[in-house]
Amino acid sequence: MSKIESKIPDGPIAEKWSNFKSHCKLVNPSNKRKIDIIVVGTGLAGASAAASLGELGYNVKIFCYQDSPRRAHSIAAQGGINAAKNYQNDGDSVFRLFYDTVKGGDYRAREANVYRLAEVSNSIIDQCVAQGVPFARDYGGLLDNRSFGGAQVSRTFYARGQTGQQLLLGAYSTLSRQIKKGTVKMYNRRDVLDVVVVDGKARGVITRNLTTGEIEKHFGHAVVLATGGYGNVFFLSTNAMGSNVTPAWAAYKKGAFFGNPCFTQIHPTCIPVHGDFQSKLTLMSESLRNDGRIWVPKNIEDVEKLRNKTLKPKDISEENRDYYLERRYPAFGNLVPRDVASRAAKERCDAGYGVGATGLAVFLDFSEAIGRLGKSVVEARYGNLFQMYEKIVDENPYETPMMIYPAVHYTMGGIWVDYNLMTTVPGLYALGECNFSDHGANRLGASALMQGLADGYFVIPYTIADYLADEIHTPRMSVDAPEFVAAEKAVKERLEKFISIKGTHSVDYFHKKLGKVMWEYCGMGRNEEGLKKALELIPVIRKEFWSDLKINGELNEYNPEIEKAGRVADFLEMGELMVRDALNRRESCGGHFREEMQTEEGEAKRDDVNFAYAAAWEYTGTDSEPVLHKEQLEFKDIELKQRNYK
Amino acid sequence: MNLTLKIWRQPSVDKKGKFETYQINDISADCSFLEMLDQLNEKLINDSNGPVDFTKCPVSFDHDCREGICGMCGLYINGRPHGPDSGITTCQLHMRKFKDGDTIVVEPWRSKAFPIIRDLVVDRGALDKIIQAGGYVSVNTGGIPDANSIPISKRNSDLAMDAASCIGCGACVASCANASAMLFVSAKVSQLALLPQGKIEAKERVQSMVKEMDSLGFGNCSNTYGCEAECPKEISKSNIARLNREFIGAKVCYENEVTRAAGGA
Repeated sequence: MSKIESKIPDGPIAEKWSNFKSHCKLVNPSNKRKIDIIVVGTGLAGASAAASLGELGYNVKIFCYQDSPRRAHSIAAQGGINAAKNYQNDGDSVFRLFYDTVKGGDYRAREANVYRLAEVSNSIIDQCVAQGVPFARDYGGLLDNRSFGGAQVSRTFYARGQTGQQLLLGAYSTLSRQIKKGTVKMYNRRDVLDVVVVDGKARGVITRNLTTGEIEKHFGHAVVLATGGYGNVFFLSTNAMGSNVTPAWAAYKKGAFFGNPCFTQIHPTCIPVHGDFQSKLTLMSESLRNDGRIWVPKNIEDVEKLRNKTLKPKDISEENRDYYLERRYPAFGNLVPRDVASRAAKERCDAGYGVGATGLAVFLDFSEAIGRLGKSVVEARYGNLFQMYEKIVDENPYETPMMIYPAVHYTMGGIWVDYNLMTTVPGLYALGECNFSDHGANRLGASALMQGLADGYFVIPYTIADYLADEIHTPRMSVDAPEFVAAEKAVKERLEKFISIKGTHSVDYFHKKLGKVMWEYCGMGRNEEGLKKALELIPVIRKEFWSDLKINGELNEYNPEIEKAGRVADFLEMGELMVRDALNRRESCGGHFREEMQTEEGEAKRDDVNFAYAAAWEYTGTDSEPVLHKEQLEFKDIELKQRNYK
Repeated sequence: MNLTLKIWRQPSVDKKGKFETYQINDISADCSFLEMLDQLNEKLINDSNGPVDFTKCPVSFDHDCREGICGMCGLYINGRPHGPDSGITTCQLHMRKFKDGDTIVVEPWRSKAFPIIRDLVVDRGALDKIIQAGGYVSVNTGGIPDANSIPISKRNSDLAMDAASCIGCGACVASCANASAMLFVSAKVSQLALLPQGKIEAKERVQSMVKEMDSLGFGNCSNTYGCEAECPKEISKSNIARLNREFIGAKVCYENEVTRAAGGA
């Protein structure tokens, strides 16, 4: 008997959310004042949730590790946000956005959640415009849209190449308004290191004040995690340096099941790795694929000549170029979904056709677009991206093709949640990238911003009331309660352990080692042999970490090495769960490509008979195997099909 | 390349700081400035033995996205906020902008309104406080009319976007002899004043934000525009002119209202 219950409301798919809203429990205004809610993370999901809950009259405490809530990594999203407005009269609808998202996710998402996401998408745009988000507009003054990430309709709203920034600043401004009003209390420069569970319900968090090193305890009637993804398990990713899995991992260890941890998105258009000292990867918006053509040399001799600089890319003639995406996928060409584009680049580079100093890069070429549209049009569309590229690589993309390579970008997996976004721990919620629910095995472009804001502005304010209505008689709890004290003690012991090891290697040393194993065996291509090898290697690195870590400085001061140590300690456990999940899922779907499971043409082969489920892993101890629970996914409104972009 | 670094080290806000000199060798011209500091920190950890004083601990500096958008990084390098390149943040600065054998001086943002936390890390909470004083449109979640119900001219929308590009890094304050936050404040005031959604509260907003700025220890603007020159997002000084117009307009309007309320002209 499974312990997980998805709590999908009854009724036809288009009526489920309305039915829920009409029948869920409510908390009256005088009782809301008596209820405290903790929100962790100030990205799109966290900031929008905290602001909306504060407006409703709850007492909200919100935490972030950065110096200001405006820094959260949602800010780095470039491309745009989807909504089913159909402003372009090109046949879009809520159903179509729902359909595209489920199909794009390779049929591994929960239908009811995705439908709700598509349904509330339109309200997000209204909300953001009312906040003063300067979306791109047409000369008539109405909102502009573009087609993005292979969608057949133009449903993406954007603010130049800084959509994430503008949406986050919108949410941040509305959060700031509540902070001023006193409904939300902001705790910046805090790491949330544990979730406190009392009598089976989430009741608070343990935090470390990053400025002073002080350990603090906070009570809440409910705890909302909006902590983003765990892509930094790979060391190199497009995530921010501080992005981490720690609060989510603490929740997992306190009983929240982890959903589909192996579903990782590798984004095809990133700037290639250039050296061992590299600290992170930079993404170039995939809107570049709208006009750029991706290729590698057709002849291996040309690859060699490029490498020893006796030949320039532009001197390779058309017939000697392999536009491999256009060749393999004539219907979608350069606009195939991210997972397909990434794997195709890897295939060419593995075959020896990669370009650049490392051979791990492909060309993204704008010469045809410049010829067709003129340089000024290309500059208007992509100028800021071209400039960013030139600053990093020191080459002018107007004159020579860009070089790109896939990089870890987003994690579709996350804490398992039911329809109400509640985890398997009552009173503990997970929002945005932190949860697993909406993107299945692959996320479509411009859908992450949509989900973060949908969860924060329009879902959690309703679903949390349904839980809190039964909590109005729970008085505020003292943080001296034994459960808080025990959690605080465990946190302190772990921190002291970091300092006391006095080994020989820095935190980064172990992080890089883990990252290499993850990228090699649990990256774009995965197979049984490699995954089993990773399962042997990761515990060895973990053991080494706990016996040979070296940290300079003290606990009770500003000390970024302590922060990093905590994050890497959790990644060293998280990585193993990802590998386990990847090993268990003997099918290829979305971002998860099992090399044993491919068609003769090298395309991903899904196995709907055996794997049409979401994997929800239950923690049983650091050195014992987690237990797998399965949420069988039912597809009533969409027919399961093999994805075909040919 | 081989470099000499003179870095401001300070254990905490209430302790004395000093410049410390470090030597670092074999730095690739392709790595970023922060990656160079990462390598220095790795070296400091590897070279230390037993308990060490704060100058042998890794250098603390703020950073997060490392792609020039979060606004968290900000170092004062060789006398310039974000260093010797324009239109970029510190994390986007690359070592190819320096020469082998260079001496590089690295300091934190210097302003009364930004107290030092440690080494190169400062507290920019004052900028958040200014936004909390009115840098928003007072709408609650839900019940909003369709996004296309109010057309906005492309020109105003584009100007609002220009202003909204501000990343709140504080380079404008650091570059200013008076440590004024006018460029930061004017960017938010302009963005919202240019849009119909923000117009409704424009008068209260500008007064409230300017008042908050003045109370937090930022200096006055003396129109030297170092801020514009050093802004990594190249926010235009014309926003400061707009802020001044908005502010005077709001004052005049407010005084008229007071006079009317008192039964005067």
